Amino acid sequence: MTVAVLALQGAFAEHGNMLERLGAEYFEIRKYEDIKRPFDALILPGGESTVMGKLLRELKLLKPIRERIEAGMPVFGTCAGLILLSGRVEPEMTRGCLGTMDIRVKRNAYGRQLGSFYTEGEFRGIGRIPMTFIRAPYISDVYGSTRILAETGGRIVAARQGNQLVTAFHPELSDDARVHKYFLDMIKEERDTKI
Amino acid sequence: MSEKRYELNKQLAQMLKGGVIMDVTTPEQARIAEEAGACAVMALERIPADIRAAGGVSRMSDPKMIRGIQEAVSIPVMAKCRIGHFVEAQILEAIEIDYIDESEVLSPADDRHHICKRKFKVPFVCGARDLGEALRRIAEGASMIRTKGEPGTGDVIQAVRHMRTMNAEMRRIQHLRGDELFEAAKELQVPIDLIEYVHENGKLPVVNFAAGGVATPADAALMMQLGAEGVFVGSGIFKSGNPKKRAAAIVKAVTNYTDARMIAELSEDLGEAMAGINENEIELLMAERGN
Repeated sequence: MTVAVLALQGAFAEHGNMLERLGAEYFEIRKYEDIKRPFDALILPGGESTVMGKLLRELKLLKPIRERIEAGMPVFGTCAGLILLSGRVEPEMTRGCLGTMDIRVKRNAYGRQLGSFYTEGEFRGIGRIPMTFIRAPYISDVYGSTRILAETGGRIVAARQGNQLVTAFHPELSDDARVHKYFLDMIKEERDTKI
Repeated sequence: MSEKRYELNKQLAQMLKGGVIMDVTTPEQARIAEEAGACAVMALERIPADIRAAGGVSRMSDPKMIRGIQEAVSIPVMAKCRIGHFVEAQILEAIEIDYIDESEVLSPADDRHHICKRKFKVPFVCGARDLGEALRRIAEGASMIRTKGEPGTGDVIQAVRHMRTMNAEMRRIQHLRGDELFEAAKELQVPIDLIEYVHENGKLPVVNFAAGGVATPADAALMMQLGAEGVFVGSGIFKSGNPKKRAAAIVKAVTNYTDARMIAELSEDLGEAMAGINENEIELLMAERGN
Protein backbone atom coordinates (compact mmCIF):
# COMPACT_ATOMS: atom_id res chain seq x y z
CA MET A 1 0.00 0.00 0.00
CA THR A 2 1.42 3.39 -1.01
CA VAL A 3 0.08 6.72 0.18
CA ALA A 4 0.84 9.97 -1.65
CA VAL A 5 1.09 13.20 0.36
CA LEU A 6 0.39 16.48 -1.43
CA ALA A 7 3.55 18.51 -0.73
CA LEU A 8 2.89 21.85 -2.42
CA GLN A 9 2.97 23.82 0.84
CA GLY A 10 2.26 23.34 4.55
CA ALA A 11 2.72 20.60 7.13
CA PHE A 12 3.17 17.67 4.74
CA ALA A 13 6.33 16.33 6.41
CA GLU A 14 4.37 15.73 9.63
CA HIS A 15 1.95 13.44 7.75
CA GLY A 16 4.94 11.62 6.28
CA ASN A 17 6.36 11.04 9.77
CA MET A 18 3.00 9.65 10.93
CA LEU A 19 2.82 7.24 7.96
CA GLU A 20 6.38 6.15 8.59
CA ARG A 21 5.54 5.39 12.21
CA LEU A 22 2.65 3.21 11.06
CA GLY A 23 4.85 1.41 8.56
CA ALA A 24 3.04 2.70 5.46
CA GLU A 25 4.98 3.56 2.33
CA TYR A 26 4.54 7.10 1.06
CA PHE A 27 5.91 9.70 -1.32
CA GLU A 28 5.36 13.41 -1.96
CA ILE A 29 3.50 15.00 -4.85
CA ARG A 30 4.99 18.35 -5.90
CA LYS A 31 4.38 18.40 -9.65
CA TYR A 32 2.52 16.74 -12.49
CA GLU A 33 5.11 14.01 -13.12
CA ASP A 34 4.67 12.79 -9.54
CA ILE A 35 1.06 11.68 -9.97
CA LYS A 36 2.11 9.26 -12.70
CA ARG A 37 3.68 7.10 -9.98
CA PRO A 38 1.35 4.41 -8.62
CA PHE A 39 -0.39 5.17 -5.31
CA ASP A 40 -3.48 3.90 -3.47
CA ALA A 41 -4.52 6.92 -1.45
CA LEU A 42 -3.83 10.62 -0.98
CA ILE A 43 -3.37 12.95 2.00
CA LEU A 44 -4.09 16.68 1.64
CA PRO A 45 -2.21 18.39 4.51
CA GLY A 46 -2.71 21.56 6.52
CA GLY A 47 -1.25 24.83 5.30
CA GLU A 48 -2.85 27.64 3.35
CA SER A 49 -5.74 26.50 1.16
CA THR A 50 -5.34 29.51 -1.17
CA VAL A 51 -1.72 28.54 -1.89
CA MET A 52 -2.47 24.86 -2.44
CA GLY A 53 -5.52 25.63 -4.59
CA LYS A 54 -3.53 27.92 -6.83
CA LEU A 55 -0.63 25.49 -7.21
CA LEU A 56 -2.99 22.54 -7.82
CA ARG A 57 -4.49 24.45 -10.74
CA GLU A 58 -1.28 25.82 -12.19
CA LEU A 59 0.69 22.60 -11.89
CA LYS A 60 -2.21 20.82 -13.64
CA LEU A 61 -2.80 18.49 -10.70
CA LEU A 62 -6.39 19.47 -10.01
CA LYS A 63 -8.22 17.49 -12.67
CA PRO A 64 -6.36 14.18 -12.32
CA ILE A 65 -6.68 14.26 -8.53
CA ARG A 66 -10.40 15.09 -8.68
CA GLU A 67 -10.99 12.24 -11.14
CA ARG A 68 -9.25 9.75 -8.91
CA ILE A 69 -11.23 10.83 -5.85
CA GLU A 70 -14.47 10.57 -7.84
CA ALA A 71 -13.41 7.09 -8.94
CA GLY A 72 -13.16 6.02 -5.27
CA MET A 73 -9.53 6.58 -4.24
CA PRO A 74 -9.34 7.11 -0.45
CA VAL A 75 -8.41 10.69 0.47
CA PHE A 76 -7.76 12.33 3.85
CA GLY A 77 -7.84 16.13 4.19
CA THR A 78 -6.77 18.01 7.32
CA CYS A 79 -7.59 21.70 7.87
CA ALA A 80 -6.67 23.30 4.51
CA GLY A 81 -7.09 19.85 2.93
CA LEU A 82 -10.66 19.78 4.25
CA ILE A 83 -11.34 23.14 2.60
CA LEU A 84 -10.02 21.86 -0.75
CA LEU A 85 -12.45 18.91 -0.63
CA SER A 86 -15.59 20.74 0.49
CA GLY A 87 -18.54 21.22 -1.80
CA ARG A 88 -19.38 24.65 -0.33
CA VAL A 89 -16.98 27.17 1.25
CA GLU A 90 -18.23 30.06 3.39
CA PRO A 91 -18.29 33.03 3.36
CA GLU A 92 -18.07 33.16 -0.46
CA MET A 93 -20.20 30.01 -0.86
CA THR A 94 -17.98 28.95 -3.71
CA ARG A 95 -17.00 25.36 -4.39
CA GLY A 96 -13.79 24.13 -2.78
CA CYS A 97 -10.95 23.71 -5.20
CA LEU A 98 -11.57 19.96 -5.55
CA GLY A 99 -15.16 20.22 -4.29
CA THR A 100 -15.80 16.47 -4.16
CA MET A 101 -17.33 16.13 -0.69
CA ASP A 102 -20.82 16.98 0.53
CA ILE A 103 -19.88 19.34 3.35
CA ARG A 104 -20.19 23.06 3.88
CA VAL A 105 -17.15 24.60 5.55
CA LYS A 106 -16.46 27.94 7.20
CA ARG A 107 -12.87 29.14 6.71
CA ASN A 108 -10.89 30.76 9.57
CA ALA A 109 -13.99 30.01 11.62
CA TYR A 110 -12.28 30.52 14.99
CA GLY A 111 -10.65 33.83 14.03
CA ARG A 112 -6.96 34.67 13.94
CA GLN A 113 -4.05 32.93 15.69
CA LEU A 114 -5.30 34.02 19.14
CA GLY A 115 -8.34 31.81 18.43
CA SER A 116 -6.20 28.69 17.84
CA PHE A 117 -6.73 26.07 20.55
CA TYR A 118 -6.13 22.55 21.77
CA THR A 119 -8.78 20.23 23.13
CA GLU A 120 -9.67 16.57 23.39
CA GLY A 121 -12.82 15.05 21.98
CA GLU A 122 -14.67 11.93 20.99
CA PHE A 123 -14.04 10.57 17.48
CA ARG A 124 -16.64 8.01 16.39
CA GLY A 125 -15.07 4.58 16.08
CA ILE A 126 -11.80 5.62 17.72
CA GLY A 127 -12.52 7.15 21.13
CA ARG A 128 -11.15 10.23 22.84
CA ILE A 129 -8.35 11.88 20.83
CA PRO A 130 -6.24 15.07 20.98
CA MET A 131 -7.41 17.85 18.64
CA THR A 132 -5.21 20.78 17.65
CA PHE A 133 -6.93 23.64 15.83
CA ILE A 134 -4.68 26.19 14.06
CA ARG A 135 -6.58 29.10 12.48
CA ALA A 136 -8.97 26.30 11.72
CA PRO A 137 -12.17 25.93 9.74
CA TYR A 138 -15.19 24.00 10.95
CA ILE A 139 -17.89 22.15 9.06
CA SER A 140 -21.08 24.21 9.23
CA ASP A 141 -23.23 21.55 7.57
CA VAL A 142 -23.12 18.10 6.02
CA TYR A 143 -25.43 16.79 3.30
CA GLY A 144 -25.74 13.82 0.95
CA SER A 145 -24.25 10.65 2.42
CA THR A 146 -21.69 12.44 4.62
CA ARG A 147 -21.50 11.17 8.21
CA ILE A 148 -20.33 13.24 11.18
CA LEU A 149 -17.39 11.66 13.03
CA ALA A 150 -16.54 14.29 15.65
CA GLU A 151 -17.96 17.44 17.16
CA THR A 152 -16.48 19.82 19.67
CA GLY A 153 -18.04 22.92 21.20
CA GLY A 154 -21.16 22.23 19.15
CA ARG A 155 -19.23 22.38 15.85
CA ILE A 156 -18.63 19.54 13.40
CA VAL A 157 -14.88 18.96 13.15
CA ALA A 158 -14.55 15.57 11.43
CA ALA A 159 -16.62 13.75 8.81
CA ARG A 160 -16.55 10.96 6.28
CA GLN A 161 -18.30 10.32 3.00
CA GLY A 162 -17.34 6.94 1.54
CA ASN A 163 -13.71 7.25 0.44
CA GLN A 164 -13.28 10.80 1.79
CA LEU A 165 -12.17 11.60 5.36
CA VAL A 166 -11.71 15.12 6.73
CA THR A 167 -10.70 16.73 10.01
CA ALA A 168 -10.68 20.46 10.83
CA PHE A 169 -7.93 19.73 13.38
CA HIS A 170 -4.42 18.33 12.91
CA PRO A 171 -3.96 14.68 13.97
CA GLU A 172 -0.48 14.83 12.36
CA LEU A 173 0.68 17.29 15.05
CA SER A 174 0.00 14.95 17.97
CA ASP A 175 1.70 11.74 19.08
CA ASP A 176 -1.59 9.91 18.67
CA ALA A 177 -1.59 7.95 15.39
CA ARG A 178 -5.10 6.56 15.64
CA VAL A 179 -6.74 8.83 13.04
CA HIS A 180 -4.04 7.94 10.51
CA LYS A 181 -4.55 4.28 11.42
CA TYR A 182 -8.28 4.78 10.77
CA PHE A 183 -7.39 6.15 7.31
CA LEU A 184 -5.06 3.24 6.55
CA ASP A 185 -7.92 0.89 7.48
CA MET A 186 -10.15 2.80 5.03
CA ILE A 187 -7.58 2.13 2.30
CA LYS A 188 -7.54 -1.59 3.12
CA GLU A 189 -11.37 -1.70 3.05
CA GLU A 190 -11.39 0.01 -0.32
CA ARG A 191 -8.84 -2.46 -1.69
CA ASP A 192 -10.71 -5.47 -0.31
CA THR A 193 -14.01 -4.40 -1.89
CA LYS A 194 -12.23 -4.12 -5.26
CA ILE A 195 -10.93 -7.70 -5.06
CA MET B 1 2.45 32.32 27.70
CA SER B 2 1.23 28.86 28.67
CA GLU B 3 3.08 25.85 27.33
CA LYS B 4 0.04 24.88 25.25
CA ARG B 5 -0.14 28.35 23.69
CA TYR B 6 3.56 28.14 22.80
CA GLU B 7 2.94 24.77 21.13
CA LEU B 8 0.07 26.26 19.08
CA ASN B 9 2.31 29.15 18.05
CA LYS B 10 5.09 26.85 16.89
CA GLN B 11 2.47 24.81 15.06
CA LEU B 12 1.22 27.84 13.10
CA ALA B 13 4.78 28.21 11.79
CA GLN B 14 4.65 24.54 10.74
CA MET B 15 1.61 25.36 8.59
CA LEU B 16 3.62 28.09 6.82
CA LYS B 17 6.40 25.70 5.78
CA GLY B 18 7.16 25.34 2.10
CA GLY B 19 5.66 28.76 1.59
CA VAL B 20 6.61 32.35 0.81
CA ILE B 21 5.88 35.25 3.16
CA MET B 22 5.77 38.57 1.32
CA ASP B 23 6.27 42.17 2.49
CA VAL B 24 3.31 44.39 1.58
CA THR B 25 2.58 48.04 2.29
CA THR B 26 -1.06 48.37 1.13
CA PRO B 27 -4.22 46.23 1.05
CA GLU B 28 -3.88 46.13 -2.73
CA GLN B 29 -0.36 44.71 -2.54
CA ALA B 30 -1.62 42.22 0.06
CA ARG B 31 -4.27 40.98 -2.37
CA ILE B 32 -1.69 40.68 -5.16
CA ALA B 33 0.54 38.68 -2.80
CA GLU B 34 -2.33 36.38 -1.76
CA GLU B 35 -3.35 35.78 -5.36
CA ALA B 36 0.26 35.04 -6.27
CA GLY B 37 0.32 32.29 -3.62
CA ALA B 38 1.86 33.92 -0.53
CA CYS B 39 1.26 31.78 2.59
CA ALA B 40 1.31 34.94 4.75
CA VAL B 41 2.00 38.64 4.36
CA MET B 42 4.15 41.02 6.39
CA ALA B 43 2.37 44.35 6.78
CA LEU B 44 4.74 47.29 6.95
CA GLU B 45 4.72 50.95 6.05
CA ARG B 46 7.83 50.90 3.92
CA ILE B 47 9.69 47.95 2.49
CA PRO B 48 13.29 47.58 3.69
CA ALA B 49 14.81 49.04 0.48
CA ASP B 50 12.84 52.25 1.04
CA ILE B 51 13.63 52.32 4.77
CA ARG B 52 17.27 52.08 3.77
CA ALA B 53 16.91 54.89 1.21
CA ALA B 54 14.93 57.18 3.52
CA GLY B 55 17.17 56.78 6.58
CA GLY B 56 16.00 58.15 9.94
CA VAL B 57 14.20 56.22 12.67
CA SER B 58 11.96 53.46 11.45
CA ARG B 59 9.10 52.29 13.70
CA MET B 60 6.11 49.96 13.91
CA SER B 61 3.47 50.67 11.24
CA ASP B 62 0.19 52.52 11.79
CA PRO B 63 -2.27 49.99 13.31
CA LYS B 64 -4.98 51.28 11.00
CA MET B 65 -2.88 50.41 7.96
CA ILE B 66 -2.23 46.93 9.40
CA ARG B 67 -5.95 46.43 10.05
CA GLY B 68 -6.68 47.38 6.45
CA ILE B 69 -4.40 44.58 5.33
CA GLN B 70 -5.95 42.12 7.83
CA GLU B 71 -9.33 42.85 6.27
CA ALA B 72 -8.05 42.48 2.71
CA VAL B 73 -6.77 38.89 2.93
CA SER B 74 -7.64 35.53 4.54
CA ILE B 75 -4.02 34.33 4.96
CA PRO B 76 -2.08 35.10 8.19
CA VAL B 77 -0.88 38.68 8.62
CA MET B 78 2.43 39.46 10.33
CA ALA B 79 3.81 42.85 11.37
CA LYS B 80 7.11 44.16 12.67
CA CYS B 81 7.99 45.82 15.94
CA ARG B 82 11.36 47.25 16.96
CA ILE B 83 13.85 45.07 18.82
CA GLY B 84 13.12 45.46 22.54
CA HIS B 85 10.01 47.62 22.04
CA PHE B 86 7.54 45.56 24.04
CA VAL B 87 4.84 48.22 23.90
CA GLU B 88 4.78 48.11 20.10
CA ALA B 89 4.41 44.34 20.53
CA GLN B 90 1.54 44.85 22.99
CA ILE B 91 -0.20 47.04 20.41
CA LEU B 92 0.23 44.41 17.70
CA GLU B 93 -1.17 41.78 20.06
CA ALA B 94 -4.14 44.04 20.82
CA ILE B 95 -5.07 44.18 17.12
CA GLU B 96 -4.76 40.37 16.96
CA ILE B 97 -1.88 40.11 14.57
CA ASP B 98 -1.08 36.49 13.65
CA TYR B 99 2.71 36.81 14.06
CA ILE B 100 5.01 39.56 15.35
CA ASP B 101 8.43 39.98 13.74
CA GLU B 102 10.77 41.54 16.30
CA SER B 103 12.86 42.91 13.50
CA GLU B 104 16.27 44.43 12.89
CA VAL B 105 14.76 46.11 9.81
CA LEU B 106 13.30 48.74 12.14
CA SER B 107 15.45 50.93 14.39
CA PRO B 108 16.16 49.05 17.63
CA ALA B 109 14.50 50.47 20.76
CA ASP B 110 16.81 48.67 23.18
CA ASP B 111 20.49 47.95 22.58
CA ARG B 112 20.72 45.24 25.26
CA HIS B 113 17.41 43.49 25.76
CA HIS B 114 15.13 41.78 23.33
CA ILE B 115 11.43 41.52 24.18
CA CYS B 116 10.51 38.81 26.70
CA LYS B 117 8.29 37.06 24.22
CA ARG B 118 7.12 34.50 26.79
CA LYS B 119 4.75 37.13 28.19
CA PHE B 120 2.72 37.28 25.00
CA LYS B 121 -0.04 35.09 23.63
CA VAL B 122 0.69 35.93 19.98
CA PRO B 123 3.68 34.25 18.35
CA PHE B 124 7.00 35.90 17.49
CA VAL B 125 9.48 35.33 14.68
CA CYS B 126 13.03 36.65 15.14
CA GLY B 127 16.09 36.99 12.93
CA ALA B 128 19.39 35.22 13.65
CA ARG B 129 22.87 35.13 12.12
CA ASP B 130 24.07 32.02 13.92
CA LEU B 131 22.94 29.24 16.22
CA GLY B 132 23.62 31.18 19.44
CA GLU B 133 21.39 34.04 18.35
CA ALA B 134 18.66 31.66 17.20
CA LEU B 135 18.62 29.74 20.49
CA ARG B 136 18.72 32.94 22.59
CA ARG B 137 15.63 34.20 20.74
CA ILE B 138 13.92 30.84 21.31
CA ALA B 139 14.80 31.00 25.02
CA GLU B 140 13.10 34.42 25.10
CA GLY B 141 9.97 32.83 23.61
CA ALA B 142 10.29 33.09 19.80
CA SER B 143 8.28 30.33 18.09
CA MET B 144 9.86 30.77 14.65
CA ILE B 145 13.32 31.79 13.41
CA ARG B 146 14.51 33.34 10.17
CA THR B 147 17.95 34.26 8.94
CA LYS B 148 18.64 37.98 9.20
CA GLY B 149 20.26 38.19 5.80
CA GLU B 150 20.62 41.79 4.78
CA PRO B 151 17.20 43.31 4.19
CA GLY B 152 16.51 45.69 1.34
CA THR B 153 19.63 44.88 -0.64
CA GLY B 154 18.53 42.19 -3.08
CA ASP B 155 21.86 40.58 -2.23
CA VAL B 156 21.49 37.02 -0.97
CA ILE B 157 25.05 36.60 0.34
CA GLN B 158 24.24 37.28 3.99
CA ALA B 159 21.19 35.02 4.11
CA VAL B 160 23.40 32.26 2.66
CA ARG B 161 26.11 32.96 5.23
CA HIS B 162 23.63 32.92 8.14
CA MET B 163 21.90 29.73 7.01
CA ARG B 164 25.20 27.92 6.41
CA THR B 165 26.57 29.11 9.75
CA MET B 166 23.50 27.93 11.69
CA ASN B 167 23.48 24.55 9.97
CA ALA B 168 27.23 24.00 10.38
CA GLU B 169 26.97 24.79 14.08
CA MET B 170 24.05 22.41 14.46
CA ARG B 171 26.02 19.63 12.77
CA ARG B 172 28.89 20.29 15.17
CA ILE B 173 26.62 20.17 18.26
CA GLN B 174 25.03 16.98 16.97
CA HIS B 175 28.39 15.23 16.93
CA LEU B 176 29.67 16.37 20.31
CA ARG B 177 29.95 13.91 23.18
CA GLY B 178 27.23 14.26 25.79
CA ASP B 179 29.65 15.64 28.38
CA GLU B 180 30.79 18.38 25.96
CA LEU B 181 27.34 19.96 25.66
CA PHE B 182 27.73 22.07 28.81
CA GLU B 183 30.77 23.84 27.37
CA ALA B 184 28.89 24.37 24.09
CA ALA B 185 26.01 25.99 26.00
CA LYS B 186 28.51 28.34 27.66
CA GLU B 187 30.19 29.24 24.37
CA LEU B 188 26.90 30.01 22.64
CA GLN B 189 25.41 31.66 25.76
CA VAL B 190 22.24 29.61 25.59
CA PRO B 191 20.32 27.28 27.96
CA ILE B 192 21.57 23.69 28.10
CA ASP B 193 18.15 22.19 27.32
CA LEU B 194 18.13 23.89 23.90
CA ILE B 195 21.65 22.59 23.18
CA GLU B 196 20.46 19.12 24.17
CA TYR B 197 17.53 19.43 21.77
CA VAL B 198 19.88 20.33 18.88
CA HIS B 199 22.25 17.52 19.89
CA GLU B 200 19.45 14.96 19.68
CA ASN B 201 17.52 16.26 16.69
CA GLY B 202 20.08 18.09 14.54
CA LYS B 203 17.68 20.98 14.00
CA LEU B 204 16.08 23.93 15.78
CA PRO B 205 13.05 23.22 17.98
CA VAL B 206 11.10 25.73 15.82
CA VAL B 207 10.60 26.30 12.09
CA ASN B 208 13.48 28.12 10.36
CA PHE B 209 12.90 30.35 7.29
CA ALA B 210 15.31 32.29 5.09
CA ALA B 211 15.05 36.08 4.87
CA GLY B 212 16.98 39.13 3.78
CA GLY B 213 18.08 39.67 0.19
CA VAL B 214 16.04 37.05 -1.68
CA ALA B 215 15.17 38.57 -5.08
CA THR B 216 14.76 35.78 -7.65
CA PRO B 217 13.23 32.28 -7.92
CA ALA B 218 16.81 30.97 -8.01
CA ASP B 219 17.65 32.79 -4.76
CA ALA B 220 14.60 31.24 -3.09
CA ALA B 221 15.45 27.74 -4.34
CA LEU B 222 19.06 28.22 -3.21
CA MET B 223 17.91 28.98 0.34
CA MET B 224 15.57 25.96 0.29
CA GLN B 225 18.37 23.67 -0.91
CA LEU B 226 20.53 25.04 1.92
CA GLY B 227 17.91 23.87 4.40
CA ALA B 228 15.43 26.73 4.83
CA GLU B 229 11.88 25.55 5.50
CA GLY B 230 10.35 28.51 3.67
CA VAL B 231 11.24 32.00 2.49
CA PHE B 232 10.48 35.62 3.34
CA VAL B 233 10.66 37.99 0.38
CA GLY B 234 10.70 41.67 1.22
CA SER B 235 11.77 44.32 -1.23
CA GLY B 236 12.46 41.70 -3.93
CA ILE B 237 8.87 41.58 -5.15
CA PHE B 238 7.38 45.04 -5.11
CA LYS B 239 10.71 46.67 -6.10
CA SER B 240 10.82 44.60 -9.26
CA GLY B 241 9.45 45.27 -12.74
CA ASN B 242 6.59 42.74 -12.61
CA PRO B 243 5.65 41.99 -8.99
CA LYS B 244 2.72 39.67 -9.78
CA LYS B 245 4.72 37.40 -12.05
CA ARG B 246 7.84 37.41 -9.91
CA ALA B 247 5.84 36.62 -6.75
CA ALA B 248 4.09 33.66 -8.40
CA ALA B 249 7.40 32.38 -9.80
CA ILE B 250 9.09 32.51 -6.39
CA VAL B 251 6.17 30.58 -4.84
CA LYS B 252 6.51 27.78 -7.40
CA ALA B 253 10.30 27.73 -7.07
CA VAL B 254 9.95 27.16 -3.32
CA THR B 255 7.61 24.16 -3.86
CA ASN B 256 9.81 22.61 -6.54
CA TYR B 257 13.17 23.86 -5.33
CA THR B 258 15.18 20.94 -6.69
CA ASP B 259 13.64 20.95 -10.17
CA ALA B 260 16.13 23.01 -12.18
CA ARG B 261 14.15 22.68 -15.40
CA MET B 262 11.04 24.13 -13.79
CA ILE B 263 13.03 26.94 -12.14
CA ALA B 264 14.57 27.73 -15.53
CA GLU B 265 11.09 28.18 -16.99
CA LEU B 266 9.99 30.23 -13.99
CA SER B 267 12.97 32.53 -14.38
CA GLU B 268 12.06 33.51 -17.95
CA ASP B 269 10.72 36.99 -18.77
CA LEU B 270 10.32 38.13 -15.20
CA GLY B 271 11.18 41.68 -16.14
CA GLU B 272 13.73 43.61 -14.19
CA ALA B 273 14.82 42.32 -10.76
CA MET B 274 15.33 44.90 -8.04
CA ALA B 275 18.57 46.75 -8.75
CA GLY B 276 19.98 45.96 -5.32
CA ILE B 277 23.21 46.92 -3.65
CA ASN B 278 26.20 44.74 -2.79
CA GLU B 279 26.95 44.13 0.86
CA ASN B 280 30.26 46.02 0.66
CA GLU B 281 28.52 49.09 -0.81
CA ILE B 282 26.09 49.62 2.04
CA GLU B 283 26.63 51.82 5.03
CA LEU B 284 24.05 50.36 7.40
CA LEU B 285 24.26 46.66 8.25
CA MET B 286 20.84 45.89 9.70
CA ALA B 287 21.94 42.34 10.54
CA GLU B 288 24.26 43.78 13.20
CA ARG B 289 21.29 45.07 15.16
CA GLY B 290 20.47 42.85 18.14
CA ASN B 291 22.52 39.92 19.33
